[in-house]
Amino acid sequence: MFSEASNVSAGVDKVFAFIIIISLIFLIGISVFIVYTLVRFRRKKGLKAMQFTDNIKLEIIWTVIPIILVLLMFYYGWIAFAPMRKAPPDAMQVKVIGKMWEWIFDYGNGMTSKELVIPLNKAVRLDLVSEDVNHGFFIPAFRVKEDVVPGYNNYMWFIPQYIGNYEILCTQYCGLLHSNMMSKVRVVDQEEYEKWYADLEKASKIPEAEGLIVLRNTGCLACHSIDGSKLVGPTFKDFYGSERTVIANNTETKVIADDAFISRSVYSPDAEIAAGYNKGLMKSYTDVLKEEDLKKINDYLKTLHE
Amino acid sequence: MANQEGDHYISYLDQQGKYRGLLAWLLSTDHKRIGLMYFYVIATFFFIAVSLGLLMRTELIAPGETIMSPQTYNGLFTVHGIIMIFIIVIPGLSVVFGNFFLPILIGAKDVAFPKLNLLSFYLFLLGAIMAVLSQFLGDGPPDTGWSFYVPYSVESSTNVIFALTAAFILGFSSILTGINFIVTIHRMRAPGMTFMRMPLFPWSIYATAWIQVLATPIIGITLLMVVAERAFSIGFFDPALGGDPILFQHLFWIYSHPAVYIMILPAMGVVTEIFPTFSQKPVFGYTAIAISSLTIAFIGYFVWGHHMFTSGTSYFSRLFFSLLTFLVAVPSAIKVFNWVATMYGGSIDLKPPLLYAVGFIFLFMIGGLTGLIQGALATNIQVHDTAFVVAHFHYIIFGGMGFAAFAGIHYWYPKMFGKMYNIRFANIAWVVIFTGFNLFYFPQLVIGMQGMPRRYFDYLPQFKTGQVLSTIGSYILVTGLLMMLINLLATRKKGKTAPANPWKGVTLEWQIPSPPPLENFDIIPEIKRRPYFFGESKNEK
Repeated sequence: MFSEASNVSAGVDKVFAFIIIISLIFLIGISVFIVYTLVRFRRKKGLKAMQFTDNIKLEIIWTVIPIILVLLMFYYGWIAFAPMRKAPPDAMQVKVIGKMWEWIFDYGNGMTSKELVIPLNKAVRLDLVSEDVNHGFFIPAFRVKEDVVPGYNNYMWFIPQYIGNYEILCTQYCGLLHSNMMSKVRVVDQEEYEKWYADLEKASKIPEAEGLIVLRNTGCLACHSIDGSKLVGPTFKDFYGSERTVIANNTETKVIADDAFISRSVYSPDAEIAAGYNKGLMKSYTDVLKEEDLKKINDYLKTLHE
Repeated sequence: MANQEGDHYISYLDQQGKYRGLLAWLLSTDHKRIGLMYFYVIATFFFIAVSLGLLMRTELIAPGETIMSPQTYNGLFTVHGIIMIFIIVIPGLSVVFGNFFLPILIGAKDVAFPKLNLLSFYLFLLGAIMAVLSQFLGDGPPDTGWSFYVPYSVESSTNVIFALTAAFILGFSSILTGINFIVTIHRMRAPGMTFMRMPLFPWSIYATAWIQVLATPIIGITLLMVVAERAFSIGFFDPALGGDPILFQHLFWIYSHPAVYIMILPAMGVVTEIFPTFSQKPVFGYTAIAISSLTIAFIGYFVWGHHMFTSGTSYFSRLFFSLLTFLVAVPSAIKVFNWVATMYGGSIDLKPPLLYAVGFIFLFMIGGLTGLIQGALATNIQVHDTAFVVAHFHYIIFGGMGFAAFAGIHYWYPKMFGKMYNIRFANIAWVVIFTGFNLFYFPQLVIGMQGMPRRYFDYLPQFKTGQVLSTIGSYILVTGLLMMLINLLATRKKGKTAPANPWKGVTLEWQIPSPPPLENFDIIPEIKRRPYFFGESKNEK
C-alpha cells in the first residue's frame, strides 16, 4: 500500500495515511452531526430553542483533544522528514543544474546528461544549482522535492529501491515553459549503470560541434529541439534545406530553409512566421548572434538529418 | 417609505444631501454608501477574475495547447491571482460588511473617520484600476504569479512594476481602513456595550484590523524594494545583483500569510452572526470565539515559514514553523465546534444564509484538514507547490471566505436594500454552487498528491481525468454563481419589500428600519446585556 520507490517514500505515505484517517473521522463525524442537528431541530411549532450558552467541560475537551492530535501529527511529520536532511557522507554525488527550461545532470569531469541515471540501492546526493531563476526539483514517486534557488546550495538525497523510470518535474514557477521543464530518473542495476557511465565518459571526450555549443549557450535549445520533438518553436531536426510554410504579410508562402532564410528568422523573427506558431514568441537576436556564430549554427544544422 | 411602525423616514438609499445623482454616491461619507460602492466594485472584479479562471480551466481540459499560448496562460493565472487576492478576498468582507454593519452592530452613527473612509475607497479604486491596466499597458500582462517571486519578477520583461504599484496602493487602502475600524471600535461603541457585550462580527473585524495595520506595511516596503531593484538595479533580492532571493520570500510571506487571516477572520465573523439568528439561540462559547479570533491573529504572524518548507531553509526553522502551524489550527477547530454547538438544540430555519454558512463549515473543514497535510513536514514535501495546495487554498479562500460572503449577502440583503430575494431560487443556486465547487476542487487534491505541480500550462497524461472533472466542475460552479447573481439583480429591480427583521435577529441591525436611515439610529441604544439574547436563559449575565 505504501510506496517503496525510495527509502523515504513509505515514511511519507504513512504520515499521509495517519493524517487523512484522522481528518476523515472528523470531517465525516462533524458533517453527519450537522445534518442530524439540522433535521432534528428544524423549526416547528411547539419546539422551543434551548438557550444554553456555555459548557466549560465540553469546551476543555474539544480544545485538548485537537491539541494532542495536532502535536502527534507534527511529531510523525517530523520523524518521517528528519532522514531527508541527513545525507550519508559516502553518497554518490550528482550536481543538478536547473535553467530555463531544462535539467542538466553533471556527473563531474565535464560529463553531463539530460537524464538522471542512478544505480539501484545506492544513496544519491543531488546538489541543486540554478543558473537563472528559482526552480523546484521534484520526483513525485520518491516523495522528494527541494527548490533550486540561485545563490543557494540546496540539496536532497535518497536511495532508489526499484528499477524503473520516474518523472522529474519543476515545481517552482519559472516562466514561459515551466510546465515543460521535465526530465526522467532512470534507476538501473549496477552493471547497466557502469556501462552507461562508460558511454557517457566516451561521449564527453568527443568534442561537440561548434554550432551546437553556440545554440546551447544562446538558449536556442529551450524552444527548438534537435531531436524532432515539438517545443515552443519548430524543431531543428531535418530543418536545413527543407521547404517551410510561413506567413509573411498575412499571406502564406513557401520558402526553402537556407542560410538567407535562417538569417532573416534570427534577426527579424516576426517578418516570416512558421505556420502554426504565434508572433512575438521569439525575440530578435540582432546584437546577440554574430554572423560567424550563425555560420557555425548553419553548419551544424546541416548535420541534423537522419 | 415607511418602516414597520409606520413612522416616516428617509433611507440612506434615498437620502438627498449636498450633491445629486451619481455624485451623491461618489462623494458620500456615509459608511453604508461607501460599503455599497465597495460591494459593486468588488462584485465586478470578482466576475472578471472568475472569467479568467474559467479560461484557464478551459485551457486545461486537454493536455497541450488547447485555446491559448503558454504566455497567455501564465499571464492569466497571475492576473487572476492578483485580482482575487488583493482586490477581492483581502479587503472584501471587511470593506463591504465591515463598513456597512460594523457601525450599526456597535450602535454608532458612522465610523470614526468618515472622510478617511472615503479616501480608502478611492485608493482602493485607483489600485484596482491600475491592476487591470497592467494587463493592457507596457509589454504584456505580468507573468510572475501573484507571489512575484524574485529573481523571475526582476527579470521578466512584462509589466511587473505597474502591477506591483497597484498592489502597493491597495495595501495603503487596507491600512487606512484598519486604523479607522480600530478607532471606531474603541471609541464609538454604544453606551453599555463593553467589549464582552460586542457582537462577534465586530470582534472579528477588530482582530483583522490589527493585522491590516501591523502586517501590510511589510508587503508595501517589499514591493517597493522590487520596484527599486527592477528600475535601478539595486541588489536586494536578485543574486545576479548580490541580493538574496530567499529574503524576498520571507518578507513576502510575513505579510501574505497573515493576509490569509485578514480574509478568513471576517468570514468567521459573518457566519458567527448567522448561526444564532437561524437557530434562535445564543452563540455557544462567546468568549472562546472572541478569544480565538485574537489568538489566530496573533499566532498567524509566526507561521509564514511554512510557505518555504522546500526553499532550503534550515532544519530548525522547518521544525519551528511546522509546530506553530499545527498550533494555529486549534483555535479554528474550536470555532467549528462552537458553531455546531450553537445550532444544536435550536429552532433551526434552513434559509439561504444558513445554507451558505453550513456550506462554509464543510468546505472550511476540508480546507483546514488538508492544511494539516501541508503542515506536517514529511507530507509537505510531496504536496508543496502542487495542485493540492491550489485546491487547499481555494477550499479556504473560496469555500471559506467566498461562501461566508455569499452567506452574508443573503443574510443582510433585505437589510441593505429593503427587499427580499426569491428564497427558492437562492436555494437551488446554492445546490449548484456547492456541487460545482466540490467537483472543481476535490480532484485537484487527488492529482496534487499524485504529483501534479501548480501553475502548469500542460500536464502529463495520468492527470487528465482529474483535470477534466475539475473543468466540468468549474462550469457548474460558474452556472451557479450566475444564478445567484441573476436572483439578486432581479430582486434589486422588482423584489418584494422586506420587513425590518425578516429572520428574527436580535443584534442591533435588526432593530432599525430596512434600508437603514442616514445615521442609523434616532436614539443611540443603551446596551444592558450580552448580544444574542433570544429569551430567558439561565446563564444570562
